[in-house]
Amino acid sequence: MKESVVVIGGGVAGMETAASLLSLGYAPILVEQSDHLGGHVASWHRLFPDMTSADEVIASLKARLEGASVFLGTGIQFVNRLKDGYNVMLTNGVSVLAKAIVLATGFRLFEARRKEEYGYGIYDHVITNSDLENWFRGGDDLRVPAEPAAIGFVHCVGSRDVKAGNTQCSKVCCITAIKQAIELKEKFPGAEIYCFYMDLRLFGKKYEDFYINAQRDYGIHFIRGRVSEVGERIDGRVIVKAEDTLAGKPVKVSLDLLVLMSGIVCNPEIAALTKNVTLERDEDGFLRSRDNLSGITLSPRKGIFYAGTCTGPKTVPETLAEARSAALCVHDFLQGRA
Amino acid sequence: MDFGFSLSPSSAVNLDTVDLSLFRKVEARCPDIRTCIGCGSCSATCMASAWSGMSVRQVILALQRGQLRQVEQKLSACMLCGKCTMVCPRGINTRNLILAVSREFKKEEAQ
Repeated sequence: MKESVVVIGGGVAGMETAASLLSLGYAPILVEQSDHLGGHVASWHRLFPDMTSADEVIASLKARLEGASVFLGTGIQFVNRLKDGYNVMLTNGVSVLAKAIVLATGFRLFEARRKEEYGYGIYDHVITNSDLENWFRGGDDLRVPAEPAAIGFVHCVGSRDVKAGNTQCSKVCCITAIKQAIELKEKFPGAEIYCFYMDLRLFGKKYEDFYINAQRDYGIHFIRGRVSEVGERIDGRVIVKAEDTLAGKPVKVSLDLLVLMSGIVCNPEIAALTKNVTLERDEDGFLRSRDNLSGITLSPRKGIFYAGTCTGPKTVPETLAEARSAALCVHDFLQGRA
Repeated sequence: MDFGFSLSPSSAVNLDTVDLSLFRKVEARCPDIRTCIGCGSCSATCMASAWSGMSVRQVILALQRGQLRQVEQKLSACMLCGKCTMVCPRGINTRNLILAVSREFKKEEAQ
């Protein structure tokens, strides 16, 4: 009989891990709390840097899951450590005995309401990166005006922010802001678009080209200064205040739409999951790997593995590569090689 | 010899000769100023900034570049309202910084 491996979380990390385990000859059991696979990526429209359709990425991952046991709308009741493996009790009453578990529990977007000075949930035309993707996907959003003349992006919302309790860089927001700015400029060619940033971190393949495109071909304005506060004018437009740190002068601008780039924080539900099997967290709240250089997919516990953003912010290609790596680590472990 | 013209001193910051004495003294009292990333949140939120040029970000930079006159001139407009301390993403105690600088200037005056 094929060896069972429990994969917790049905986002792209969990899907790719399960698919890789399947092709290595195991019987993955993929457990997803929500009613659909794909996690955050499933609610995105197009993905940087090639503007790939998110739905297509999810569809091709799904196709590779044929033969895996997938439990949707199912959580984890508890995980118990046994002498030789784990007993995972699912909320649907199914009990699984497995030698290996892969946590692919992912992230949460920072709750933008907590940065009250940016006015999310207070002003009429302030939305988040994820609200904007939902609108790109065809969702209605009354906060997006029909013909905006000026649009702003605030980078690092809840990232690199001691006051918000998150010192980490969320890594994907710089490039996401540029992608979304380009998409909005395509929809509203007459609009002026401003990106307020502290540092632009465009580390990935083709990211810098994307940045050059945004400057040269789309005329997007980049202002180096962190937004200190947002107000609402009597006509309903929002007014953004920052310092233009390159000019050394205060700057303000009135906008028809403001997009907050909410950062990546660890999935808080991990706390309930690790009740019986203690897994340490790093200072940034993410799960602590055995080693941040060569053992990122290994937990300090025998038989428990990590894939994707449960250990820190990651892009989709990084997550997929890591998921395959986690599956190989599971394979080595089950073969008695590690 | 008079050539009929003179050279004005270079405005370049020379890190070999820069006077860091004030920065070192202030740094000893508030080491967190080393973590400034120059985002400008402090100056953007400053009540005095638009009229006086007050900017904690620029004060920290001027300290590190030995531009002491700028430090004094900018800080003189501070009202110690503390808004900059509230917004700093690195959690720098800017109020402590401003008081530390002012303490050093007072010491100098007394001498």
